Order: sequence, then structure tokens, then C-alpha cells
Amino acid sequence: MKYCLTLSAAFLAASSSLAAAEDWNAVLEKAKGQTVYWNAWGGDERTNAFISWVGEQTEALYGVKVSQVKLSSTSDAVNRVIAEKEAGKTEGGSVDLIWINGPNFLSMKEKGLLFGPFAQSLPNAKFLDLTPASANSVDFTVPVEGYESAWRLAKFVFNYDSARVEEPPKSMPALLDWARAHPGRFTHPSVSDFMGATFLKQALIELAPDPSVLQSPVSDADFEKTVAPLWTWYDALKPNLWHGGNDFPENEAALRQLLNDGEVDIALSFDPASAAAAVEQGSLPESVRTYALDGGTIGNFSFVAIPFNAANKEGAQVVANFLIDPATQAHMQDIRVLGSFSVLDWAKLDAESRQAFEGLPKSPSLPEIKDLGKTLLEPHPSWMTRLSEEWAKRYTK
Amino acid sequence: MLTALVAVIVGGGLVLPIFVGLAQTFLPAFGILDAVGGERFSLEPWRKLFALPGFGTSLRLSITSGLVATFLSLALAACFFAVFGGRARQGLLRKFMTPLLASPHAAVAIAMAFLIAPSGWIFRLLSPWATGQTYPPNIIIVHDPLGLSLILGLVVKETPFLLFMMAAALKQVRVADHLKMGRSLGYGRASTWFRIIFPQVYPQIRLAVYAVLAFSLSVIDAALILGPNNPPPLAVQTLRWFSDPNSAMILPAAASAVLQLLVILGAIALWWVAERLIVLVGRLRIDGGVRSAWLEPTARLIGRFTVILVGLGIAGLVGLVIWSLTWRWRFPDALPEAWSLKIWGAVAGEWLPALTTTALIGAVSTLLSLCLAIAWLEAEDRANRPRRGLAAFVIYWPLILPQTAFLFSLHIAFLRTGFGGGLVSVIWVHMFFVFPYVMLALADPWRALDRRYARAAASLGHSKGDILLRIKLPLLLGPLMAAAAVGFAVSVAQYLATLTIGEGRIVTLTTEAVARSSGADRRIIAVFASLQALLPMLVYVLALLLPAILYARRRGLLGDQA
Repeated sequence: MKYCLTLSAAFLAASSSLAAAEDWNAVLEKAKGQTVYWNAWGGDERTNAFISWVGEQTEALYGVKVSQVKLSSTSDAVNRVIAEKEAGKTEGGSVDLIWINGPNFLSMKEKGLLFGPFAQSLPNAKFLDLTPASANSVDFTVPVEGYESAWRLAKFVFNYDSARVEEPPKSMPALLDWARAHPGRFTHPSVSDFMGATFLKQALIELAPDPSVLQSPVSDADFEKTVAPLWTWYDALKPNLWHGGNDFPENEAALRQLLNDGEVDIALSFDPASAAAAVEQGSLPESVRTYALDGGTIGNFSFVAIPFNAANKEGAQVVANFLIDPATQAHMQDIRVLGSFSVLDWAKLDAESRQAFEGLPKSPSLPEIKDLGKTLLEPHPSWMTRLSEEWAKRYTK
Repeated sequence: MLTALVAVIVGGGLVLPIFVGLAQTFLPAFGILDAVGGERFSLEPWRKLFALPGFGTSLRLSITSGLVATFLSLALAACFFAVFGGRARQGLLRKFMTPLLASPHAAVAIAMAFLIAPSGWIFRLLSPWATGQTYPPNIIIVHDPLGLSLILGLVVKETPFLLFMMAAALKQVRVADHLKMGRSLGYGRASTWFRIIFPQVYPQIRLAVYAVLAFSLSVIDAALILGPNNPPPLAVQTLRWFSDPNSAMILPAAASAVLQLLVILGAIALWWVAERLIVLVGRLRIDGGVRSAWLEPTARLIGRFTVILVGLGIAGLVGLVIWSLTWRWRFPDALPEAWSLKIWGAVAGEWLPALTTTALIGAVSTLLSLCLAIAWLEAEDRANRPRRGLAAFVIYWPLILPQTAFLFSLHIAFLRTGFGGGLVSVIWVHMFFVFPYVMLALADPWRALDRRYARAAASLGHSKGDILLRIKLPLLLGPLMAAAAVGFAVSVAQYLATLTIGEGRIVTLTTEAVARSSGADRRIIAVFASLQALLPMLVYVLALLLPAILYARRRGLLGDQA
């Protein structure tokens, strides 16, 4: 009996994987000849170049072209889909694939603007850790449920110029002390930008009396109590920021330019390899080093999602699948390409795939992933929204 | 027949879509938008708008930067002619102004940002010997909260435009005679200019001044690059609200777009009243024989500033090209420590297609606008009366409308009719702005053409079509080429129109340059911004050269172009 069950289970598994393979073949067939309009933030040249490379590869392998629609903000693409829905355009939409996470994902998921679930049926999903608590399954505390597929790891880090800073501050209170001693030599991107908001969230996690409340949606009672120490800290920090805290760089890339120009000594990044890559490309001095805070820093996965009305859904799935191919991930982790850490589960990789990762070049500006400490969970998106609003109220005259 | 055709094309093709877009913005501004559950008329969006953080500052910033930039540009341009306004200097002036005239606002703004930032070229040249610093000064220059950098950027771009328009208008004024008469009555050059000549010039450039005013009040690209950002001027803030992840923000955003329109209309009304007041006061003073001794030195001083300003603009554009050829350039080096063409090569895959698309859209929208303008003016000739009033309004109103007030809604209307996103719709929308500028550049020379040529040809039995093709157009080749150059530059400069209607898929030099200006690598921004400036410049040069080559042996036809 037991034997029978096992056998039928095995048979079922085999037939379902067979069916899956057939389904995937149908997707590949339909995808051939499609051009996928990938809406992705266009402010980072290496990412743009990587996306072009992805397009060349998928065209050669599957006959799927990729055209990057460079966004200055991800919400532009979200609003385009909303506009299309508003205009009754339920198919043939202009957005095929979006680089997305956090609040924009929540917004699209809540409004039913996403196609799916599709992520777990991608053939290469077998290399991912898809257990319910993994970073693949929860995006800013919002359950992913197969409506988006991961492609790169982001982790909050600091970059500093070691020629000008000897001992970089390793905690938020230490950062305040350092800024007091070196007024005008540090800043964060504008809080309306993702990176600026992340800086506040990182500080909030460290300073909040009870950080665990950050994992559930924000409530009025919690909010005041939780953020009070943050504002005390920020009120002291702000006058010591670059330009007296009256003006902020637009985003991470603008902040990197300030570090290169010597306008600041410490900058922020959501990509541990970005400084090393920038040194490689002549846009940061060789003395720049990367570190994370002692208590760990926020990290998350970047995802791709497909709108409900995408004109080229099959092509979009082919691209999403190609992105989590071990060979693609190894290429992406190459410091000369993107340097973004892989989203794959090391335990699920075979020897050959592992080798591709182990052979990657190193750089003095590139930290080892083990030196970057703990990865902290993103707060629920409602915290970020509320925090940005409250910051705007307090500090926008 | 021709008249009816032109009326249908302009009315249905250019006026109607803008009207539809405007109407579609007014509805959500008063609470009516299905997608976010608004069904009834309400003032709630306005209440929400007024309560948004930073709203008052944004509004104030828009108004002050718009009014101040327009006033300064006009004063600088007027004083320049008051001091240097001999005909001999105008050729030289035109040569130096052309790069600034041709470059899009975004390119000029980026150039100025690279020049004046604390780590910009000026401070690099001054440090450390003059400033004693090896660090860039910790002061806000670009994105300053008062919007002074934005004003500077606008003035650097608008002053050459007004100089250009004034130079054209001055051809209709007997400058030398007036100056001689003024001198014989004991008035200085500047006094004669402001009392006698300027009052004859101003009515001819009034429309251009209003266009500058409206543009400065609603500018987006230059404000993103140079303007304050916490909070930004209203136009940028409106754009941010329109693209907020929370779609209910569309309602206050629409209200803000409507408010921008009201601000522009109010500012023009204010300007108009100020014009009347100045005329009134000026008359009294002229009648009273007031001499105003201060006028001469003041005008000289301001006139020199104009020269400095144009120099600053040119230096900025040169700086762009240098940055695009940089490998490593750390503060406070005056010039890059390592030069390279690598950056051009690295992003060739992106600037090449963007360049092609920009040139294609520019060429097609300019050519179509030029044909339409010729048809319009020819129809006027055949009906034997120049159109004024309503017709002029119909042509020029896109120049005074804030783009946020109709583009987003027009995009939704395009989607509804299944006509969104393509190259064709982008070219079409570019024509909303290209056509008025082509008309602005072409109408006066066309109307000034001596009618006796056409009459003589008609008396020899030539048909109207023949006269147009063989007499008028060849005679007007210079102005036609100039109008084409202006139209092309306007198309290259379009940011919001390309972005919104092209759904981000139509990538031009301007959309790339502005998208990257917020961050990215300065060297790469410089590649896009210098291309953005060089492409229309090239077209200007061609537009000047072509008549000179074709008419090399008929100097009489060259007129002022020689």
C-alpha cells in the first residue's frame, strides 16, 4: 500500500512536471518574436547595460527581444497601467515587465493590476528558496504569492572615502556623533526617493523602542511612540548634514557623485558592490570602501512583475526565468557587470553553477558578503509611506 | 478652399486635442474620475491640494521664479540693444547667441549646474588658490531654496531668445534716424532707445514675452535640474503628485494643474497692467522732459551683464563637452586629470538610437509644421487679409498653456481611442508646440514680403500655385530655413510631451538627459546634454549656410542672412 502510494505520488509528480514542461514549451513558443518592454529605473548605467545584455541573450536563446523603458521613478509605470485600466485597455498594454518592490508592488497587487501567479511555475524557480518566510516570498512584509519574481539582492550599506575618514561610524548614534564632529560632510538622498526613505527606516529600526511593531501595518497609537526617538535623533543630525540639511541629493547616484566630488565623505548605497564598480569605472576614487552597521542593515530582493494587461506576457515570463538562471546570476554578480549578490539558494545549486560564482574577480572596495552582517527585514510598506509623509510635514517648509 | 482645409487641419488636429485634454483635467480637479471612485462635483481636491505639505512654498516659488526670470531676461535684452544696438554688432551677436538659442532648456540647465555647483567648474578654477579650500564649499547653489539658480538658468536661455526676437523686430524700426534725432535733442543713446525705439519694438515682441512668462511659470525640465527640491516649484510638484503611487493623488494633482493655468493667466494679466502703467508714467515723464541721468550708466551696466551672461552660457556648453570627454576629474582640478572617449563608446548603444529618434521626430514635425504654416500664410494672402484676434489666439495658445494641464489627460484620451504610445502620436503632439514657433518665426517676414513681386507674376499670367512655388518660397528661403531651425530646436527640447505621450517608449536625447540628470554619472549626463545641444546647433548652421550656398551668386536674395 505504502509502496503504491509512493509510486503514484512519484507518478503524479512526474506527470505534473511533464505537464509543467509542456506548459513552459507553450510559453516559449508564444514568446518567440515578442519584444518585452521592461520598465526599469534608468538612473544606473550598469543596470541599463545589464538589461541590454539580457536582451541580447534572450534574443539569441529564445527569440525574445528586450526594450528597456527607462523610468525616473517606478511609480511612472504603475500610473501608466492605472491610466490604461482607466481607459478600458485590458489587453495589449504598454508595460510588459516592471522592476518593482515594496509600496509599488503593494499598490499594484491591491488594485488587481498584476498578472499571475506565475513566479513559482518558472523552470528556474527550483533554484530559489521559496519557503514562506524567505526573502523570495515576502516583499516588505507583503506576501508575494507568485505575483513577482526576484532577480537581485539589495542591501543597505555605507560607502566612505578612506583617505578622509579613518574610523567610519558603525551605528546610527555613532553617525550623529561623527556628523557633529564633521558638519556638512554627510547627507542622505531626498526622502521622496527610495534610498532616502530607506535611510530613515534603517535609523528607525535601530532607534525604535520596540522594532517588532514595524512588521505589522502602522497604527496611529504605535506611530508616535515608535518614531519619537527617531525625530529627536534627526533634529540633532539635520543641521550637521551637507548644506545644513536644507537640500538633499535626488537619489543614490547623485549622492555618489557628491562623494566623488569630495562634497561629502560618507555616502549610502543599496547595493554592496556599487562602490567597487564605480571605482572600476572611474566615477569614484580608489580609496572608497564599503561597510554595514554593527547591528545589521536592511536588505531585500528586487523583483520583476507583469501587469494584468501586458501585451507580451509570455516573453516577460521568459525574461523573468532567464534572470534567475544560475549562469545569469553569476554574470550579474561579476563586479565588472553589476556586482549584485545573487538571489539563488546556494544549497540548491549544483557544482557547475557554484564554480561560476567562485571564479568571480575581487576588489579591495568590494566587501565579502559575510562582512556585511545581519540582513534586517524591511518594515511594512505603510511605515515607509507614513514616515515619508511625516518627514515632509516636519521638514518641508 | 485652401482656407477651409487649413482651418480643418489646425482646428481638428491641433486645437481640438488640447481642448479635450484641458477638459479632461478640469473634471478630476473637481472630483470627477471613475478610476478612483469620484462621481460627483466637489471642491475636495482643492481642499486637499491646499493642505499638502509645502504647497504654499511651491506656488510662491513658481510665481517668483517665473516673474523674475522673465523681467530680467527682458531687461537684459533691452539694455543690450540700448547700449550696443548698432546693426554692425548684430552679426557677431547672432553668432555667439546661436548655440544658446538652439540648445534645449534642459541642456542649458545641465550646463549651468555643472558650472555653478559648489564642485562645479567655476569653483574648480578658483580653488584652492583663491578660496583656500581643497573641499568644495558647503553651500547650496544648485537647487537653492529661493530658486536663484533656476532663475539664472532660465535667464541664460531666454535672454538670447528675446534678443533674437528684438533683432527681428528692430528691422521694422528706423533706429539710426531716431538715434540721430535723440542726439540732436540732447538725449543719450539709452534714453532715446527706451523712450522712442523700445516702445515701437515691444508690441512686436509682446507675444514672445508672454510665451517666456508662461514657460518660466510652468517649466519642468530646467526646474528638475536647477530648481529647489524640498519643496520644488509647483510644476514639478504637480508632476510628482500625478505620479504618486497613491492614485487618489490624481485629484489634487489635477487641481494643481488647473491652478497653474490660472497662475499663468493671472501673471499675464498683471504684466499687461504693468505695461499700461509704464506707458502712462513714461508719457508723463516724456511730456515733462525729464532727462533721467541715471539711465545711461544703469543701461550700460546691465548691457554688459548681458554679455557676461551669454559668455557664461557658452562656457557652460563648453564644460558639457569637456565632461563628456572626461575619465577622472576630481575636485579641485581645473581640468580633467584623465581624458577619454570611453564614455561615448560605453553608452553608444543608447545615444545613437536616441539621436536617430530625436532627429526623425524633429525633422518630421518641423516639415509638417512648415507646410502647414506656408498653407496658413498663403491662405491669408489669397483671402487678402492677415488673420488677427481669434485666429492668432488659436495658433499661439499652446505657448501659454502649462503642459501639465492637458498632457496627462490627453494621453488617457489617446489610449481610449487606441492611439497611444507611438511615434506618430508623439510627432503629432510635438506639432502643438513646433507649429506656433514656426509661425512666430515665419509670419512677419512673410507678411513683409513685397506684394509687387506676386502681382507682377500674376499679371504675366502665372497661377497662384506657380507664384507660391517659384516666387514667394524662393524669396523667403532664408526665413523658411530659420523657421525650420527654430521648429526643430523646439521639437528636440520637448520633455514632458515626449515622456507622457510616448509612454516612455519613445526615447529622445532630452528624455534621456533629463532622466539621468537626477543622478547618474556626470560624464554620461554630459554625453546626452552635449548631443542635445549640438544637434539643433547643427541644424541652425545648416539653415544659415543653405541659402548662402544656393544664392551665392544672387546676393540680393540673401538680405540680412549675408
